[in-house]
Amino acid sequence: MKQPMAKGTDEICRRFGNDRTRMMDIVLEVQARFGCVSHEAMEQIARAVNTHPVEVESVVTFYSFLSVKPQGQVVIRLCSDIVDWMKGYEDVADAMSKELGVTMGETTPDGAITLTRTPCIGMSDQAPAALVNDVVVTHLTPERGRQLIRDLRRHLDPPQLVTMVGDGNNAHPLVRSMVRNNIRMRGPVHFAGFEPGSALRKTLALAPEAVIREIKESRLRGRGGAGFPAGLKWELARNAPGRKRYILCNADEGEPGTFKDRVLLTERADMVLEGMTIAGYAVGSDSGIIYLRGEYRYLQPFLESAIEERRRQGLLGTDILGKKGFPFDIRIQLGAGAYVCGEETALISSCEGLRGDPRNRPPFPPQQGYLGCPTIVNNVETFCCASRILLEGASWFAAMGSPRTSGTKVLSISGDCRKPGVYEVPFGITAQELIEMTEAENAGSMLIGGPSRQMIGSERFGGRICYDDLATGGAIMIFNRARNKLEIAEHYLDFFIEESCGHCTPCRVGLILLKRAVHKVVAGAGEPSDLTDMRDLSNFIIRTSRCGLGQAAPNPVLGALENFGDLYAGLVAERKPGLLPEFDLSQAVVDAELRAGRQSKYV
Amino acid sequence: MSGVTLTIDGKSVAAEKGQTLLKAAEGAGIYIPRLCAYKDLLPHGSCRVCSVRVNGRIQAACVQTVTDGAIVENETAELQEYRRNIIDLLFVEGNHFCMYCEKSGHCELQALAYRFGITAPRYQLLYPKRDIDMSHPDVYLDHNRCILCGRCVRASQDLDHKNVFQFIERGCRKRLQVNGEALAATDLQVTDEAVASCPVGALMRKRVGYSVPVGERPYDNIPIGRDIETAGEE
Repeated sequence: MKQPMAKGTDEICRRFGNDRTRMMDIVLEVQARFGCVSHEAMEQIARAVNTHPVEVESVVTFYSFLSVKPQGQVVIRLCSDIVDWMKGYEDVADAMSKELGVTMGETTPDGAITLTRTPCIGMSDQAPAALVNDVVVTHLTPERGRQLIRDLRRHLDPPQLVTMVGDGNNAHPLVRSMVRNNIRMRGPVHFAGFEPGSALRKTLALAPEAVIREIKESRLRGRGGAGFPAGLKWELARNAPGRKRYILCNADEGEPGTFKDRVLLTERADMVLEGMTIAGYAVGSDSGIIYLRGEYRYLQPFLESAIEERRRQGLLGTDILGKKGFPFDIRIQLGAGAYVCGEETALISSCEGLRGDPRNRPPFPPQQGYLGCPTIVNNVETFCCASRILLEGASWFAAMGSPRTSGTKVLSISGDCRKPGVYEVPFGITAQELIEMTEAENAGSMLIGGPSRQMIGSERFGGRICYDDLATGGAIMIFNRARNKLEIAEHYLDFFIEESCGHCTPCRVGLILLKRAVHKVVAGAGEPSDLTDMRDLSNFIIRTSRCGLGQAAPNPVLGALENFGDLYAGLVAERKPGLLPEFDLSQAVVDAELRAGRQSKYV
Repeated sequence: MSGVTLTIDGKSVAAEKGQTLLKAAEGAGIYIPRLCAYKDLLPHGSCRVCSVRVNGRIQAACVQTVTDGAIVENETAELQEYRRNIIDLLFVEGNHFCMYCEKSGHCELQALAYRFGITAPRYQLLYPKRDIDMSHPDVYLDHNRCILCGRCVRASQDLDHKNVFQFIERGCRKRLQVNGEALAATDLQVTDEAVASCPVGALMRKRVGYSVPVGERPYDNIPIGRDIETAGEE
C-alpha cells in the first residue's frame, strides 16, 4: 500500500513543478487520490517541494475539505445552512444517517461512505442540497436521501446520481449537473447577449489608462460586498512598482445565501474571463487566477474548456487579438472549504499555497499581493460588469442604478418565498419590491447581504439595495414571521466560530464567549445586564478584530438585539443577588458524578 | 533620514518613514502595550493588545506604519477597556495558574494583567483540555499556557533559521504544532531564540524554574513597559 502512495504523491508534486506555492493543488489531488493527506504524505510532499512537514500540516488542517485521517471513498457533505434547515435538513440528515448506520461526521465501517455537514454550498434556492464528492444533489427529501445512499452503496460512483440535468450550461457535457440556474430576472448588464471578444476588441483600441478612466467614469464599485471603486483599485495596481502584476477573480462566494456567481460562471463564463483580460490590459498584467471555491469544483472542467476555447480564438495567450506585446492567460485555483478565503488577502494566501489566514494590511493587494506583486482581486460579477462597460460605455452603465451606486446588481434570493433564484435588478430597488417579486408571503424579516451584513425587520422593508442604504454582496434571505430570529442569529454565530481563522484574539476567543452569552439568554438564565454585555462584547469584537470576518461576525447577534430586542428582553429577568444564573447546579452534579465515577448520595 | 511627525495622545512625536507606530511610540518614551510583537521580528498583528486609534480607526500599532500628521490615540478609556478585554480573553482561553507557574514574575501576560489592574477574569474560564510535551531533554512545551502569539514560530524561522513551530487547525481549534512527532524529534535547542521569545510559560527551559526568589523577579516591582517610559523621561 505504501509504495503507491509515495510514488503517487511524488508524481503529483512533480506535475505541479515541485512548487511550494502550488500546495493547494498538490494536497487537493493527494486527498482526492488517497482519501486523506496522511502524515506520511505530508513528509513526502515536504521533501518534494522543499519545505517542512509541519508547514504542509498547517495547510491541510486549515481547510475543511482536506483531512489527515482517511475519509470514505465517497464523502457526502450535507449543506446545513439555515435555509436548508428551513427546507427540512434535519429530516434528511436523520434519514441518511439511519440508512448509513453512522452519525454525522462518521465513516461507514467498510470505509466506503462518510457523512458530514458543511456550511452553505451555494444552492440555497434548491435546498436542501449536498455535495457527494464533487457532485451536487439538490431538493433533497428524506426518501431521496435514503435512495441516494442505496444507489451509492451499489456503485460508489457519485456522477451516476445525476439522472436529470439542469437548464442552460448545467446540461453541458463537461458540467452535467442537476443544478438549476433559476434566473428569474434578466437585466441588461449580465444577462443581455454577449459575444466573446466584443468588449476586448473595443478595449484594445484604447490606451490602458483610458480603459481605467472608462471604469472610473462608470463608477463601478466592487460587487463582492465591500464596494471599493474598481477603477481606483486598477489604477493603484497599475501605478504600483512591481516586476509582475496579477489579476485575481474571487469566485469563492461563501457568504451564506449567495449563489449568483455560480450562475454567472455557468452562463457567463466568457464575460468573466473577458473582464479579467480587460483588467490585465488596463493594469499591465499577463496572468490571471480564478479562485474557485471547492464547492464549485464541478464547474472546473467546463471553465477550463472555456479558457482553452478563448486561447484557440486568440482571446487569451500571446499577442491577444493580434495586439503585439499583450499576453494574458488565466489559471484556476481551487479552494478547499474555507469561508474566510473570500477575504481578498486570505484568498491571496490560499493561492500561494498557504493557510487561508488573512494578512496584515497595509500593504494592500494593489501594492503587494500575490507573491508580493501588485494584485487586484475582484468579484466574478465585477469582471462581468467591466466587460459590459467596455462594450456599452461608461455613461450607459452609470445611467442605471441609484444616484451613488451605478449599474445593476445580481441578487441571490432564497428562504421563505415562492420564487427563489437569481435576479438582476437596478440598484435602488426596495426590499419590499423584492418580497413582491419573489412572491414571499408573510415576510417578517430579511437578511440583506448574508449574516455578515444585516438582518432587517418589516419596518425597514422600504430600504433600498445600494451601498448607501442596504448594502449587499448579493445574498438576500427572506424569513416569514414564524421564524425564530434568535435561533437564526445563534446559527450564524456558530458559522463564524467555525470559519474563523483563529489568528486574532477578539475573533478566536471573543466569539466563543459571545456564543455563551447568547446561549445563556436563550436558555432563560439571563439577566437584563447580559443584554448590555452582549452588545459590549459584540462591539469590542467588531472594532478590534483584524479582518472583515471578525468585524462582521457579531452582526447577526447585534442585528437581532437592535431589530428584535424585545425577543431577547422577554427571556431575561432580574435574579436574586448572589446567585450565578449561568451556573447549572444539577448539570454540575452530573459532571462531578461522571468524573468521580459514582453517584451522589444527596441527590 | 526622511522624517514624519505625528501626535500620540496629543504629544508630538517624530518618527522615521516606514517605522511602525509601536516603534515610533517607543522612541518617544510612550509604551503601547503588546504581546505578539517581539524584538525585530515581522509583526504578527494577532494579539491585538496594541490596538490604537489612528485618525479615528482602530488599528494594531505593531502593523501600522507611521504617516505624517497622523493623530493617534493610545491611552483612552475605550482602548484601555479593549486591551483589558483582550488580556482577559487570553486568560480564559487557556489554563493559566499563576500561583504555581514557573513563569510567574517573568510572564508578560501576567505583567500586563497587573498593569491593567486585573485581579480576576470577568469572563467564564473555558478550561480547555490541552497537552504538555515533555519529550525534549531541555525544554518543555505546555500548550495550556500558549496564547498563540506566534513569537516562537517567527523566532525559530527568522532568528534561529530553523522551522520548529507552526500553527495548525483554525478558529478555536488552532494550536501550536512542532515539526516532528514531538519536541524531542525536532532540531530545537535550549539556546534557541524561539525558547527565549515565549512571553508566557508555554515554552520553558527545564530545571531552572523558581530560581529567582519572589520579590526579585523582573515584574515584581516594576510594571511591564516602564523601561520604555523611563527611557523617554531621560
